Amino acid sequence: MSRSIVVTSGKGGVGKTTTSANLGMALAKLGRKVVLVDADFGLRNLDLLLGLENRVVYTALEVIARECKLDQALVKDKRQPNLSLLAAPQTRNKTAITAAHMKALVEVLSRHFDYVLVDCPAGIETGFHNAIAGAKEAIIVTTPEISAVRDADRVIGLLEANRIKDIKLIVNRLRPAMVKNNDMMSVEDILEILSIKLLGVIPEDEQVIVSTNKGEPLVLSEKLPLAGIAYENTAKRLEGMDIPLLDLNASSGSVLSRLQRWLTGKS
Amino acid sequence: MILSISEFIERLFTGKNATASGTKVKQRLKFILAHDRAAITPQMFEEMRQEIMAVVSKYVELDQDSLEFRLESDNRYTALVANLPIRGIKAEEPELLQAEPLDIDAPLTMPNNGGNVG
Repeated sequence: MSRSIVVTSGKGGVGKTTTSANLGMALAKLGRKVVLVDADFGLRNLDLLLGLENRVVYTALEVIARECKLDQALVKDKRQPNLSLLAAPQTRNKTAITAAHMKALVEVLSRHFDYVLVDCPAGIETGFHNAIAGAKEAIIVTTPEISAVRDADRVIGLLEANRIKDIKLIVNRLRPAMVKNNDMMSVEDILEILSIKLLGVIPEDEQVIVSTNKGEPLVLSEKLPLAGIAYENTAKRLEGMDIPLLDLNASSGSVLSRLQRWLTGKS
Repeated sequence: MILSISEFIERLFTGKNATASGTKVKQRLKFILAHDRAAITPQMFEEMRQEIMAVVSKYVELDQDSLEFRLESDNRYTALVANLPIRGIKAEEPELLQAEPLDIDAPLTMPNNGGNVG
């Protein structure tokens, strides 16, 4: 059974596109046939994060307008042939696209791929409604910040109102040291507030920027950085595997913290 | 404030304290989300508060200083929580008692049954 999942957040800049690229690539590495659909019409970026920008000839717009065949618009990743990209048009003529178009597009793609991952634009206007139109499930990306969590809550409400009930959360850009000092909401805090299932926790990692610069998703790195491992684990959980969360405090497992655990009897 | 030994040790080693911004942000979020989820504007909320107060005050005398009236959000449900301490019951007025009984928490409250008038 094919799964169509929209990756959304409400707020911009929380890592939707990075998450889409890495989850898509990680699922492809697990042997799944994955298509990434950039639904951010007019402001496309997914092709850049994947390093596929030079290979985009046709976009979703031409497919919808029947100016090309679907497989002409799909860019197959040479590094990972299980992964394809359907790019968004960069033109501003995005009013021509409706929710019905997107729904039809996702339905056709579902026949050919195990996963259709739709990278949603920021905001909750037309672009958002188009992006969620064909999706059966949703992944919410948030960061441990007040504005991102608030917007995530709003989007969860909108998804539920649009009959998308299977919603999972990824907490991105977590800084364990700040959480430890109670200067950042913990994952537990966010889960308590949003009351949805947790899919993964991605630590803040400079390598994300490095990988973006190179156009090579983290999970393709030979030696996976911490965020890359976290994305792989998240993909495995999406596949139904029971993978425990990374111990992000492991690097600070100092003598002090061990002494503390011994004194307080907490393991 | 008395800390238990384990709390003290936790504080000593983790430096966690309730005055840090993490605690504050959680409180702020809970408040904002309760209002977001109810999709109610502060003006509407104030209007509703005054109307409910007016109705309740017809029957009982309320302790104006210790009234509590707020939206609370938990587990994706929002409840209107009203705590209206009563100073005294007003003298019986037959025509008022025939009025329809008012269920204060019916329209807004979902499962967690937050509305209590006490």
